[in-house]
Amino acid sequence: MTEVQQAVVARFDLRLERRRRLGQILAVILFLATVFGLLVLTALLVEVIREGTPWLDWQFLTSYPSRKPEAAGIKSAIVGSFWLMVLTAMFAVPVGVGAAIYLEEYAPRGWFLRLIQLNIANLAGIPSVIYGILGLGLFVRFFALGRSLLAGALTMSLLVLPIIVISTQEALRAVPQGIRESAYALGATRWQVVSSHLLPIAAPGILTGIILALSRAVGETAPLVMIGALTFVAFLPANLLDPFTVLPIQIFNWTARPQEDFRALAAAAIIVLMVFLFLMNLSAILLRNYYERHRPH
Amino acid sequence: MADHVSPAEGVPTTAYSELHRDREAQRMRPKMEVRNLYFWYGDKLALKDISLQILPNEVTAFIGPSGCGKSTLLRCLNRMNELIPNTRLEGTVLLDGRDIYRAMDPVVVRRRVGMVFQKPNPFPKSIYQNVAWGARINGYRGDMDELVERCLRLAALWDEVKDRLHDNAYGLSGGQQQRLCIARALAVEPEVLLMDEPASALDPIATAKLEETILELKKSYTIVIVTHNMHQASRISDTTAFFYMGELIEMNRTDELFTRPREKRTEDYITGRFG
Repeated sequence: MTEVQQAVVARFDLRLERRRRLGQILAVILFLATVFGLLVLTALLVEVIREGTPWLDWQFLTSYPSRKPEAAGIKSAIVGSFWLMVLTAMFAVPVGVGAAIYLEEYAPRGWFLRLIQLNIANLAGIPSVIYGILGLGLFVRFFALGRSLLAGALTMSLLVLPIIVISTQEALRAVPQGIRESAYALGATRWQVVSSHLLPIAAPGILTGIILALSRAVGETAPLVMIGALTFVAFLPANLLDPFTVLPIQIFNWTARPQEDFRALAAAAIIVLMVFLFLMNLSAILLRNYYERHRPH
Repeated sequence: MADHVSPAEGVPTTAYSELHRDREAQRMRPKMEVRNLYFWYGDKLALKDISLQILPNEVTAFIGPSGCGKSTLLRCLNRMNELIPNTRLEGTVLLDGRDIYRAMDPVVVRRRVGMVFQKPNPFPKSIYQNVAWGARINGYRGDMDELVERCLRLAALWDEVKDRLHDNAYGLSGGQQQRLCIARALAVEPEVLLMDEPASALDPIATAKLEETILELKKSYTIVIVTHNMHQASRISDTTAFFYMGELIEMNRTDELFTRPREKRTEDYITGRFG
């Protein structure tokens, strides 16, 4: 070692052993945290699958609920969930995407816009039961829609609206500024820029947000309990004002029964709901991957 | 110079008429004129009392160190500055004697005063669609195939892309993309072409090709180019304006400005003493 190097070594107390040991201890803690989360999840999954699988058959999927566990099924819940999702998408997507386009591309920047943004972010974090109370007061009572599919879908639309607005705004913000500038520089109007370039480029991101929002709507229970979705529906909704039930409500109802068999039925319904949600989230992830690969740089 | 400018359009500033001794230039009416322009980003003054004229069928270069306001001024010439939130502008910009801020629609201004940006930014569409889009949204009624070919030829890109017009523009090299952006800008048949450091993302060969294209375009268009490259300014421009800290320090015929700068700061900058 040269003199300079020796002088440098003298100025540092490396304590390499200690630093490495600390790093190793932390790595173990982080690993345990991961294992803990995974274990709890796995235990839940295993229990649900063990209990539910024996009851999961074609008859279960195509029968109405019944007082007798062996005859009970989730036909009305599946159909109810499906229509609730379709109607929620019909209300929430145009309003949410429209609001996001306005906020991102049209609204003048300033404190008022920031206030609105902050409120939308807060709305996304409000407990869903609050939306249920709002839906009960506004749609069920004030607009006298009753405990109908329409009232349920409108309530769910309010719940997922902030999610759609925020994800659409993010997708629009991710469009490179150069695209906007060059389109405006050609003498395009705002709407021409939005419709020809921004929406097509942002579409996969917007779609991802919509799917995630709808999967939230499909999994929610509390707001529908609040507005009084029925727990025992032995018919399919024929129009928008018919009463309805959905998978989470059916599950909620069965788990509350004292009989062991009904709890197993609930587990079977949970499996169906999970497969449903898994497929939705999977399509969102696939879309996002596609987006990452094909986005303009 | 004042004798052929109608009274309605005002008299050009005296400082300007001194600059242009060239007879050819003196006979021309300015294509664009900036009068007493001030520009703010929030509270920060970015342009201070800028007055200048841009002559038709010339290349005018804006030079100066980073942050001197040259790109900001360029954006004020076709109202692109209005896309940046929280900014304010005072003063007048004229296009053929008409006030682009008070007497014209921004959509019309940008159709007539096109822009090419620093970074090539084609649309994620086919080469053909990139060129055709601007013409289509502006209601072009002629033969679109003919227009696309003409613009690609003007931008010296036709021979390289004629067999793959419907391929995605992202498959082109950086230099080709930038020439596509020029073709795209030409397709709306502008009168003025603003170029914001168009060669800064290109290699020397692509830059040389771009400069050739610019010299060719000068015959039919008025060109304003912002550049960091002094050699580029001296190679391709007829008039050069030097900016420093938001002010126009000196503007003159390019050969004059580079050989006999009148301001100390201009001389320091072009000889590389700062910036």
